[in-house]
Amino acid sequence: MLFLRRFSRDVPAMVGLAIVVLVLLVAVLGPLLAPYPADVSASHLARRLKPPSAAYPFGTDNLGRDVLSRVILGARGALTVSLVVVSLAMTIGIPLGLVAGYRGGWMSEGIMRITDAVLALPQLVLALALAQLMSPSLESAMLALALTYWPFFTRIVYAETRRLKSSLFVDALAGIGAGTARIVFLHVLPNTISPIIVRATIGLGFTILTAAVLGFLGMGAAPPAPDWGLSIAQSRSYLPAAWWYATFPGLAILLTVMGFNLLGDGLRDIVDPRLRRSR
Amino acid sequence: MTAPLLELRGLSVSLGGSSGFLRRKTASIRAVNDIDLQLHEGEIFGVVGESGCGKTTLARTILGLQRETAGEILLRGGNVGGRSPERARLARRDIQYVHQDAAAALDPWWSVGATLEEGLQIHAIGARAGRSGQVDAMLLAVGLDASVRGRYPHELSGGQLRRVALARILLLQPSIVILDEPTAGLDMSVQATVLNLLLELRRRLALTYVFISHDISVVERLADRVAVMYLGRVVETAPTADLFAHPKHPYTQALLASAPRLVVGRRAALPIQGDPPSHARVHVGCAFQERCVHAEARCSVEAPLLRATAPGHLVACHLANSSNPVASSRVGQLMPSHIA
Repeated sequence: MLFLRRFSRDVPAMVGLAIVVLVLLVAVLGPLLAPYPADVSASHLARRLKPPSAAYPFGTDNLGRDVLSRVILGARGALTVSLVVVSLAMTIGIPLGLVAGYRGGWMSEGIMRITDAVLALPQLVLALALAQLMSPSLESAMLALALTYWPFFTRIVYAETRRLKSSLFVDALAGIGAGTARIVFLHVLPNTISPIIVRATIGLGFTILTAAVLGFLGMGAAPPAPDWGLSIAQSRSYLPAAWWYATFPGLAILLTVMGFNLLGDGLRDIVDPRLRRSR
Repeated sequence: MTAPLLELRGLSVSLGGSSGFLRRKTASIRAVNDIDLQLHEGEIFGVVGESGCGKTTLARTILGLQRETAGEILLRGGNVGGRSPERARLARRDIQYVHQDAAAALDPWWSVGATLEEGLQIHAIGARAGRSGQVDAMLLAVGLDASVRGRYPHELSGGQLRRVALARILLLQPSIVILDEPTAGLDMSVQATVLNLLLELRRRLALTYVFISHDISVVERLADRVAVMYLGRVVETAPTADLFAHPKHPYTQALLASAPRLVVGRRAALPIQGDPPSHARVHVGCAFQERCVHAEARCSVEAPLLRATAPGHLVACHLANSSNPVASSRVGQLMPSHIA
């Protein structure tokens, strides 16, 4: 596999891949890896706010819970949220972009004006408003994020579809008698995949960030969940003395977001055959 | 003579022109204007003319991707005109088109093999199991190795891409193939092999070619009959030898004079002055009058019609008849001041 070899030489992409695999493993094996899996809900007031030590490498929080365990157990939630949000946003955004781009006319105008309207509002503000309208819970936070993230996919797919629609190979396909469905799904869609992948990977990172913000503001995960954003919110009153309480969940967010971005860039390079070299 | 394979009657195509909501109104242009043509089984019909004269639009209209505004298209005597592109392509499966830019006409994401099999799938030609064999045979027929199946368009050279594009069309078993500038952008040696391949395939598969080009010398070598287009109109059509020996229309004469030739002691002439006039304007009289050295008062009033001056030789010029100086003027005399 030629492009796999090429990919393996791409150092930043490999770093990104390593981080993403690590985060995935941590998410899957969370309860096995965490030194104190019970610390999701348990509290040990006797050992509250202890600085990092051999027994508690990331220190303990205000309820005496091991920060390392909570960071590990938080990975699953963060990944689930971002995957659900991004796939939901793609499911809404990509078909709309394809239709708007290929059909043209009033339908295209309608879809794109709605897209513009949603894009015009800051995503976080819109998501906050939506999450507030629904009952504050993790599910409504996810739905709110998906409902505000789809326009990014629509915009990209629309622009690419418009470009491809007037390209010569689509014309040639129409020339040999290919129907619209075949052209759109087998030819236009695969050709839009690299910007979609880049946007989705950035989106995964970005959504982890936004979900953390929602958690921080109390719109997402509810306590005692080991949510990274929620942990940072709870640590506020103990800063700067208990620096470890906010730092390690923050580092977890930083690392995960960075991993997805690096991987996304690398993926784009190998997935686009025009950038792929045969030798 | 047998009935024509393909016949165009008064074919006109207007392009563009929008008047949608919140859009600026733009006038449409007549890219193809009242064209009558007959294409006979087995011939190579050359279409020449400068860029923008409507050659490609004519091809797309014959193909059905562009809907005609007026006129009729008859394939084997049956009317196949007046259909939306998707329906037109079904009715005109027998006519296929090879794009000028073969690299851009192939989906960069699909391997050559998948691209070639796709056409068979669309038209349900052959059994699924036999398709890869068909593809291999066709690749061989266009002079490629079966190993290119797994290659992607960007991995192939210009000449190889032409062959792939040709194979893709020929798999659909057309009887008329429209070749749009099949030699553009190829170096001379590759051009020659592609042209020889085209001739060989025509013989083996009993094809009829419409050969669109602005390379006059290639058309002279290959075509049986030639139509010269100017501003969406056919201004002259004749058997190739006749046309090149006795061009009757001033535009044809100028066009032939402008073709580079290896004749010692003659400098290249600069035969036509000015740019081609805009399609958007409605012309009164002859479309070529502004650039014609022989233009008379009559040319700006009355549009010339195509009429026969010799058997099979049709010219749209008021001055083209045997007693007129234009008709007998040789190419070299057209622009005396430019010839050293």
